[in-house]
Parts: sequence; structure tokens; C-alpha cells
Amino acid sequence: MSGHVEPILGRYVHVEIGGETHRIYFEENGAGIPLVCLHTAGSDGRQWRHLLTDAEFAENFRIIAFDLPWHGKSNPPAGWSGEEYQLTTARYTETIRAFCKALTLDRPVVMGCSIGGRIVLNLAIDHAAEFRALIGLEAADFQAPWYDTTWLNRPDVHGGEVCAALVSGLIAPQSPQAARTETLWAYKQGGPGVFKGDLYFYRVDGDLRGRVETIDTKVCPLFLLTGEYDFSCTPEDTRRTAAAIGGASVTIMEQLGHFPMSENPEQFRRYISPVLGEILKQSMQTKQGVNV
Amino acid sequence: MERASGHTSDRMTSFSDSTDDAVTTAFADIPARLEQTPALIASGRFLDCECLLGPTGHPFHASIRAGRIVALVPAPVLMRSWRFSYRAQPAAWAEYWQAPPRAGWHDLLALTKRGEASLEGDLHPFMSNLQYFKDVLALPRNYFAIVPS
Repeated sequence: MSGHVEPILGRYVHVEIGGETHRIYFEENGAGIPLVCLHTAGSDGRQWRHLLTDAEFAENFRIIAFDLPWHGKSNPPAGWSGEEYQLTTARYTETIRAFCKALTLDRPVVMGCSIGGRIVLNLAIDHAAEFRALIGLEAADFQAPWYDTTWLNRPDVHGGEVCAALVSGLIAPQSPQAARTETLWAYKQGGPGVFKGDLYFYRVDGDLRGRVETIDTKVCPLFLLTGEYDFSCTPEDTRRTAAAIGGASVTIMEQLGHFPMSENPEQFRRYISPVLGEILKQSMQTKQGVNV
Repeated sequence: MERASGHTSDRMTSFSDSTDDAVTTAFADIPARLEQTPALIASGRFLDCECLLGPTGHPFHASIRAGRIVALVPAPVLMRSWRFSYRAQPAAWAEYWQAPPRAGWHDLLALTKRGEASLEGDLHPFMSNLQYFKDVLALPRNYFAIVPS
């Protein structure tokens, strides 16, 4: 082969969710600590392609990104007959845990963005012991709605165009044009009603106010990073959430918005590198019995 | 003291007036700037719409045909209907047109969320051409000279 071939490997794993088999597409690269990455609502695992190809991270982490059912290359399950798709807290949590179990991952790190950031908080509340560390990007226990989601799926408005146009304002103005375009492309490709269905979790079912106080970061470290240009999950939303959690680490990322890993991978790397370094250090200390 | 206070007030009024004037001028220039952006006109090629756009106190009545702003006149226009309006405080437009804009002032819907802009009426033409309106209303960004205090 003369062309540049990226080291990412993509495969399907069959996962039992809600009593039904789902064919989940995932991509991975690297070896070491499992690092499972969760995409934003209405998008897919391609958002993580820059992290997946980061040679330095791949030396110590097995970086994995999967497409939620209905997203990317993970089709709806065979039994789906067209009823409205709605992601719930319970379903999302079950999906992540079932995926990790299907790949027999040993106490993975989970890093999620937006809805992925929100569900990471739920993992910290209910299942902290299963994870080595949790990273929430653009994460908060709740954030104020700023548009009516019924615009996302109706026959007289192009779903892909309106989804992309809505989230375009969440990208920092400093982000490179090519990365901005690629980030929005995934929104233009989403299935009808999928972004809206994800936001059912975000807006209706996944309000974690009054629950995050129970998170014990001694059981599982929690890192929260939010872009300054994210006006959906604002830095204030993240700070307010973290203030209720003892020991949570908070970083506000300059010149980044709601999609740090895909809108400006280089800038995001500056912020995520120390976090992964800290997790690696803690993991090695634990392995050596220093911090057990 | 009175004199000093009055002087400050005059300066503030003067700054506010100059911002208002600059915003109004920038708006008046949008149709010409749009004409120089054929790709943006093309993205709005299915749009025919009457709407109110501009500063909250003195918006413009915009007539859009096939993505072109064929008329932009100070509102109100006697008995002329419009389908939706997007109006923001002059200072908010001044912030929106900075290059780069500050966080929280960088998107039309960021401005509505923070209460600096209002979106009213039949939103279908706006939502079905959302990126078009975001881009059209950002056209002054690289030309706007006033820096908000």
C-alpha cells in the first residue's frame, strides 16, 4: 500500500441491550488502559478520530469510540418498527455498561461529551466502582434549554440542515474551518429524529440536579472540562455542578466550544493531555500498590 | 462634581449614540455585502420572506427574494406585514460583529438565550434557513470598527 493508512480499526460487536441484540460499531487504536469515548447527541464516533490517531496517547491507552444505536454505523436494532426514538438515562447507562462488558474491558476510563458528559455523571453516581476514571466534556447536571426541539424533526424543515445550523453556534469562532465543517457534517448525516431523541435524555429524562452530591471521587476520579464558547452547557453550568461534588476537577478550556475533540483537536489536546497523564499516573500507582 | 458627572454622562451618551449609528450603518450595508457573497445567496435560493431585522428600537423591514435582500428599509412601513423578527440591542450587535466575538455573544441564539435579542413571529422561514440568517447577519463582522466598552 502506498497511501497513508490510519491505525484505527473498526469492527462490530453484538451487544445485548434491553433484551435485544444490537450490532454496535466501534473503532479503536492503542493498547493499555481502556478509554471509552462517547459522542455528542445526534453525531457519532467519528468525532474522536483525532484522539484515536494520537500516537502518544495510544502508547498507554486502548482508545475506543462506539456509535450509539441509531447513530453512525450502528443501525437501529432489527426489531425496531419505526416508533419514535427516545434515549433515556436508564437505556444510555445500560448501553455503555453492556458495551464495556461485551469487550471485557477492565475498569475502563469513560470520556463523554455533551450527552456523553451528562451520562458520565450518572455513571459516577450509580456505578463509580466499575470505572477507573470518568471525564465529562461539556458536562453539567442540568442546563437551561435554548430552543424548541420539535424543529429538529418535521417534514417541512430539512432535519440535517437545521440540526447542523443550530449547533454551529456552539463551535468556537477560533476553530479551524475544516474541523468546523467536519463537525457539522455528522449532524447533517444523522437519521431523522435521532438528535431530537437523544435530547429527550438531555432535556427531559436526565436531570441530575440533587443527585450529583452523592458522587464519591475517592471511588472514581472525576474530571470536568468545558469550552468557554459553549453557551449550551456553559462554564457556569459546569462550575455549579462541580461545586456540589467534592474532589471533582474543573477546567474551562479557552477558544473551544461544545465539540472540543472535533472542532479543534490541537487545542483540545492541550487540555486533555494532562488529564490522561494524571489518570495514567494514578493507575500505575494503584498497580504498584502505592495508592490501593 | 456635578460638572464631572455630567461630562461622564455625555461621554456615555455619545458612545451609545455612536454605537447605534454604527450598527444602523452596518445593517444598511448588509444587502450590498450579500451581493458580494454568491454562495450565501445560493444557500438561501428557496427563501422568499418579509421580516424585521436589526436593532431592537429601530429595526429594518427586509424583503428577501431567492436569497437576495431586495429591499431593506427602516421599520415600520405602513401596513406592511412581516413573518418573523430578530431584534437585538445595538450593543449586542456590536459584540456579535467583533472578530472574534466574545464567548456568549458569538451566535444569534446565544444572544436570545442571554436576553439580548428577541425572536418573534412565525419562525418557519428563520428555522428552515437558519444558517443562512446566521451568516447574513454576521456579514458586517470583518468591517465593524466600534469596539464595545
